[in-house]
Amino acid sequence: MAVVETRKLTKTFRKGEVGAVRDVDLASHEGEFLVLLGPSGSGKTTLLRMIAGLETPTAGEILIGGAVVNDQTPRERRIAMVFQSYALYPHLSVFGNIVFPLKSQGVKKDERQKKADWAAGLLGIGHLMDRKPRELSGGERQRVALARAIVREPSLFLLDEPLSNLDAKLRASAREELEQFQKRIGTTTIYVTHDQVEAMAMGDRIVVMDKGRVRQIGTPAEVYDEPADTFVATFLGSPPMNLVTGADGITGFRPEHFLPARAVVSSESVAQRLTLSHEEYLGAERILYGTLADGLFAGAKVVSRIASTHASLFKKDATYDFAVERRHLKLFDAATGIRKT
Amino acid sequence: MSARSRERWLGPAMLLPAVLYIVALVGVPLVLAALYSVGDVKVGSVGYRFVGLDNFRSVLESPAFRRALRNSFIFTIASQVLSLVGGNILALALKDAFPGRRFVRYLILLPWVAPVSIGSMGWKWILDSLYSIINWVLVWLHLVKPLDVPMWLGEPLLAMISVILVHVWHTLPFTTVILLAGWTSIPKDIPEAAQVDGAGYFRRLFEIQIPMMLPIINVAVLFGIIFTFTDMTVIYILTRGGPYDTTQVLPSLAFFTGILGSDLAEGAAISMFLLPLLVVVAWLMLRTARRAEVT
Repeated sequence: MAVVETRKLTKTFRKGEVGAVRDVDLASHEGEFLVLLGPSGSGKTTLLRMIAGLETPTAGEILIGGAVVNDQTPRERRIAMVFQSYALYPHLSVFGNIVFPLKSQGVKKDERQKKADWAAGLLGIGHLMDRKPRELSGGERQRVALARAIVREPSLFLLDEPLSNLDAKLRASAREELEQFQKRIGTTTIYVTHDQVEAMAMGDRIVVMDKGRVRQIGTPAEVYDEPADTFVATFLGSPPMNLVTGADGITGFRPEHFLPARAVVSSESVAQRLTLSHEEYLGAERILYGTLADGLFAGAKVVSRIASTHASLFKKDATYDFAVERRHLKLFDAATGIRKT
Repeated sequence: MSARSRERWLGPAMLLPAVLYIVALVGVPLVLAALYSVGDVKVGSVGYRFVGLDNFRSVLESPAFRRALRNSFIFTIASQVLSLVGGNILALALKDAFPGRRFVRYLILLPWVAPVSIGSMGWKWILDSLYSIINWVLVWLHLVKPLDVPMWLGEPLLAMISVILVHVWHTLPFTTVILLAGWTSIPKDIPEAAQVDGAGYFRRLFEIQIPMMLPIINVAVLFGIIFTFTDMTVIYILTRGGPYDTTQVLPSLAFFTGILGSDLAEGAAISMFLLPLLVVVAWLMLRTARRAEVT
């Protein structure tokens, strides 16, 4: 039985408001880390808030543990949510924040103490119990928010971009910690982010959303290697997939598969000539920007991403032999952008 | 004159008008009142004789004063409680968008911007013994007998209730606006988080939202106390302290004794009794302001 399921879930707003959700069918697996990924305004946060009970769906159903919860208040759904801002109660101490959900549930005082100690211990914030939120660093606040979420052992965790308020360095370590933490407690988690790196690194499965619709659901490898349409193909990957329009549709190939011909050993490959316009050196890799010189797709702008260990030197405005293995070519319908092969 | 010395003079010079203004309009009368309260000054008298605490002694012995002192506290506390509760309810109702909200907000602000004297005149008619529209409605609903209507301003208890309610009518918009600002300053996430955490409406209200608004509520209450404790407009217009001094408060008693009764010294002594409370409130206000700055 799915922990969370949505059936044709729809939310429309008045004109001018963003974040609408259209006909979303979704089912999470027990204990899985499900990531909702999409650009801002794609409806991912609205979807999460409908599951939490903070927004009322316009149409469709939400099921938690097999029961329809559309008419239940957030309180009745017994889920936990971590907000982007953490939403800690500023007038309460860390301890007061963590026990608040327990107090709301009517848990006895000594039991509250025990559970708060357990949650704080799990996140390593036991020494901060008497502090107020404003006296904590960003990383500590995030841990308090997590402790407050797990303290009553919910069946479902909702996380709304919980790492976006941390600086880049802290974000990487917090990401790994959060992932480990979820594996350890094994609670089904729905995680909203616009950051594809977070999504790829943490998600068991990724739900790619755009303009309120689900474009693809799959493991990180599936959505990256076998994108369902041109949106997914270009939203994931940095730089995004090269798309070139030809007679029989749009052909896509990842920059890391578009390599100097010498480096492509497979006999099943397609050769292209690339005129280089400029090069970015990024330490571990180089990004080459250019246009295809001849053939079916002449004039198309493409990008190649090669490891810095690759010895060749490239000159601006010169033309080189490049190639893609045939198996790395993806074909999309020119009109709808939907994947053909 | 060098730039540096010009700068040294410019600051104080720009401050001077404000200082003069405060000294002339607040400082001088305050010192005068203090001097009068220990002298024997009457309206029109030319000399000044120091009489020590005689005035205070005679004031404290007067039943009218003790009644006014008690009334001042009743008037202030009752109207503050009512306007705080009422203001909070109104602020809650006005917080979320609904069609016509701007218009309703404007209506609620009206009593505050209307001059208190004009508003109170209206109330004087509404509460009049012969022409009271309230009584007319009560009779029409057969709730009271036509010849036995309540005398809103003529019976001690009703008169007190009337002046308190009219004062609340006048201060409520101010409290509402301050509390509305408080409500809107709470990030939307926080009550939502409390909702997901399983807190019901009243737990969210009393454990999360009101505690978060406490600094703002403090400001509203402290301002309200000062406005109310020193104010006599509503009482002056509605009851003139009557019937039989039962709605007299310290400012009105001081005015009736000192100005209309021409006993300046005793009037000054009465008004000096306002000082201790106002000093305490002013100190609390400064403390709240400082705390708000720190956090």
